Amino acid sequence: MNHQEEGEKVPKLFGFWASPHVLKVIWALRIKGVQYDYIEEDLPNKSDQLLEYNPVHKKVPVLVYQGKPTAESQVILEFIDEAWKHRGDPILPEDPHQRAMARFWARFQHDKLSPPIWKWFTTQGKEQEDAYEASIEQLLVLEKELDGKRFFGGDKIGFVDLSLGQVSYVIPIFEEITGVKMITEQKFPSMSAWMGNFLTSPSVKDHPPPLDKLQARYQAIREAFLKGEI
Amino acid sequence: MAGSNDLKLLGMWASPFVLRVKLALSLKGLSYEYVEEDLRTKSELLLKSNPVHKKVPVLIHNGKPVCESSVILQYIDEAFAGTGPSLLPVDPYERAMARFWAAYIDDKMMAAWNQASKAKTEEEKAEAMKQSFATVETLEGALRDCGKGKPFFGGEDVGYVDVVLGGLLGWIRANDELQGVKPFDPERTPLLAAWAERFWSLEAVEPQMPDVSKLVEFGKMLQARQAAAGEGN
Repeated sequence: MNHQEEGEKVPKLFGFWASPHVLKVIWALRIKGVQYDYIEEDLPNKSDQLLEYNPVHKKVPVLVYQGKPTAESQVILEFIDEAWKHRGDPILPEDPHQRAMARFWARFQHDKLSPPIWKWFTTQGKEQEDAYEASIEQLLVLEKELDGKRFFGGDKIGFVDLSLGQVSYVIPIFEEITGVKMITEQKFPSMSAWMGNFLTSPSVKDHPPPLDKLQARYQAIREAFLKGEI
Repeated sequence: MAGSNDLKLLGMWASPFVLRVKLALSLKGLSYEYVEEDLRTKSELLLKSNPVHKKVPVLIHNGKPVCESSVILQYIDEAFAGTGPSLLPVDPYERAMARFWAAYIDDKMMAAWNQASKAKTEEEKAEAMKQSFATVETLEGALRDCGKGKPFFGGEDVGYVDVVLGGLLGWIRANDELQGVKPFDPERTPLLAAWAERFWSLEAVEPQMPDVSKLVEFGKMLQARQAAAGEGN
């Protein structure tokens, strides 16, 4: 067996266990049924390989396929969809307008939803209250968009579900740590159901997020923020 | 066939994001109806078409709206795949590179320059400017390494990244007067400076570009408004 050739066919994923962006890529590879080699990075001591493959951002995830690196999780998701177009399930829909909507909602997560949620989690007092209200406002927009559908992608998880995936497991952890509920069934019936649907979907349930470790990590992060250490 | 090419663009003359869409439509040779929005009194159509952000640009194709400039550009490329040149390449890896650099321009480069324009103290401004120039130098590197001596980010012809960056050129030129700074300084980033001239003078591009003196006027007005708001605190 020519190891060089074999290696070229199997993509390499540089990741970090706690990163939702890395998990997103793992789930995308699973949707496509693509085997991959995983390299866990010690973020305070990044490997030379990572720095060589992602000199611009020096971050994970990076997917290296046929010797060529791709960085930025949303870019990687589209790459996976296209490079393995004929494998597994599609990540983005075929129709151009539906694709545009999927990309729109993915950007919404990044631009509108993430910032207030992170602010809510890393602050206290009035600042936290305001961030909480802002987060609810954005979640209500998603609730309306989801409107009782099983997934944003329809019957199966897709690009938007993956982009929003961290909501399903990070927000409950934040709620536990702050002692404040954000996604109640009463206010968010569709989103609440979606969270469970996402976590039990085929590609996700066999590679679940490491909840206990994440909780401990996020707890420490919140404490550091409140002490002004970050 | 009625309705198959029914395109309407809701925009605002000074918006670099709207300009991106105009450039893409022009490069593809697509005709459309342009609606200038008064952003202080947004039209019913705008509010209905982009209820989430209430912003321009919005491209309405056969009655269906598409929002967010980078999303619109990709939409145009996909919905009109057979018309005019393609903005994105065919190869998945090259497409990923194009998307990567487009994201860099918006998330890192623009963010750095916006930060610089908001800086209050001389120290803050100096630091912000250093960051901003660093992002431009990274982009210069991209043109040099990925472009490999070709005239555009897209290679021999204009592509997605060229349009994403091209939309910003009006403001980049206006910044020279507004902030006394040349973001694409021929001495620091010669490739980008040459690219800017080349891109601007393209037949499909030049007529779409804004009047830089009007942008400067508009920019001064925004600066004054910002300063007045600051004093209120």
